[in-house]
Amino acid sequence: MATPNAATPPTPLPSGDALLLNPDRAIPILHGFIANEVRKVGMSSVVVNLSGGIDSAVSTVLAARALGPENVLALMLPYETSHPDSLADAEELVEQLGIQSLTITISEQVDPYFSKFPDMTTLRRANKMARERMTILYDHSQAFSGLPLGTSNKTELLLGYGTIFGDMASALNPIGDLYKMQVWQIARDIGVPAKIVDKPPTADLWPGQTDENELGFAYADVDLLLYHMVDERYSRPELIEAGFDETFVDDVARRVRGSQFKRRLPLIAKLSTRTISTDFRYPRDWGI
Amino acid sequence: MSLLVGVAQFAPALGDIDKNLRLIEERVERARREGVDLLVFPELALTGYTLKDMAPTVAQRLDSPMLQKIAKASVGMSIVVGFVEESADYRFYNSVAYFEDGDIRHVHRKVYLPTYGMFEETRYLAAGDRIQAFDTRHGRMAMLICEDMWHPSAPFVASQDGCEVLIGVASSPARGVQEDDDVYSAKAWHALNHVYAHFFGQYVVFANRVGFEDGVAYWGGSEIIGPGGEVVARAPQLEEHLLTGSISSQRVRRARIISPLLRDERLDITMRELTRIQAERMQ
Repeated sequence: MATPNAATPPTPLPSGDALLLNPDRAIPILHGFIANEVRKVGMSSVVVNLSGGIDSAVSTVLAARALGPENVLALMLPYETSHPDSLADAEELVEQLGIQSLTITISEQVDPYFSKFPDMTTLRRANKMARERMTILYDHSQAFSGLPLGTSNKTELLLGYGTIFGDMASALNPIGDLYKMQVWQIARDIGVPAKIVDKPPTADLWPGQTDENELGFAYADVDLLLYHMVDERYSRPELIEAGFDETFVDDVARRVRGSQFKRRLPLIAKLSTRTISTDFRYPRDWGI
Repeated sequence: MSLLVGVAQFAPALGDIDKNLRLIEERVERARREGVDLLVFPELALTGYTLKDMAPTVAQRLDSPMLQKIAKASVGMSIVVGFVEESADYRFYNSVAYFEDGDIRHVHRKVYLPTYGMFEETRYLAAGDRIQAFDTRHGRMAMLICEDMWHPSAPFVASQDGCEVLIGVASSPARGVQEDDDVYSAKAWHALNHVYAHFFGQYVVFANRVGFEDGVAYWGGSEIIGPGGEVVARAPQLEEHLLTGSISSQRVRRARIISPLLRDERLDITMRELTRIQAERMQ
């Protein structure tokens, strides 16, 4: 095995092809996942927050195909600073799929709260909006008798780039095991409109925000790193030997560790011999 | 031996043994109408797979009314069903039973309980400690359960014990979707089944389930592989299916004439070397 030294050229990064999926294998599993887990609990529908971005577009198209368009309710929940293209792109997708939809502006709900705390940081405001949208999603879950459909991809779940109990909240998530690059691939395969696929990813929580600017790295790079770190279980020295920048590796590893709490249920203080989630262990599909 | 083998690729309901018994009985009746002689159900067909703390609740003694019902249905058509077995000393095994002519002919308790990655069987179940072939009205067979088949020593022992048909029952999840033609778990299984059939000169009947549990897809793709490694029959992936295929001793005989690997197997060398390796590990 070659060890890098001054004489050897820098190791080229592993190919991004490692992230490619066979859509003929992946998509039937995702359709089956939605249809099966929804119908198993005696329901036939889902409700989804459709932002106009690629992640919610992919979840929505998969659900419309799995359950039929009449069984999908898309909620479009813009804030006054949301980019008008976001709503327009979401509306176009709703029309293309023939799914049901509702548009509810959240400004009237969040602005009175924001006015009480004029010094709120952007992050607090963003989290508040994400959680406001979550309450609307769960309310319409009840009203429409549909399960709340998740729209968080594997990259943002691992990086913790989402709001706990906000956009990370759902009953089932068809794209949570897909890296962002894989979401793009699936999106093209299932016919998500090109303008949704091609625009820069953004949480659209303030004007001009883009994911890659905020994160400080490109999805193509971080996905390749996460794939080797998480899926292929490369150690830190192995990642560096494979050509990943040391600082980048450490930064991403720190983000993954630091956001673990977002991926777990709240801790419960153990007193009894059978504590929920510690030693009271049943599948989620228990008794349905 | 010349018979029509059936594989009931289906989706058990997790933890609902009454419903699963009905699903099994329906498939038994259909297979009987189609002239099947031996019908194989997947691993834990009576209970579903992701049982966790439910394992003791759904467990069956070998004399339980539920297993007796399946035994009764095995008159005229042999049936292989996986379930959680409760032993007399209250251990719980991932077991599979061969029902024939109203009785249980043989029970195999899963030896290798996967406990890594997404699997956690040793937390809830006891491990079996025997791998034995057994005689049936359709010839000598052996049964293994899922992870048992991932340890080549287990099919090797079964082969040395004289089986002509190796029945492998599974709850294999679809994992490792990449750019390849097939998912990782499906590729691995097809390779294993092919190798065991071809190089042990026997039939492999692989019964895998479908359906979803806790968001995990079981990929199906059950298959019957002949003793030359040929695909006798293969079920589609991800959907329920009654797979059937004809198997015969004549085909096994011809395969073992063409490739007399079993004849040339040197059990004495294998035993001696394994004993040496074991002794060295104890030092």
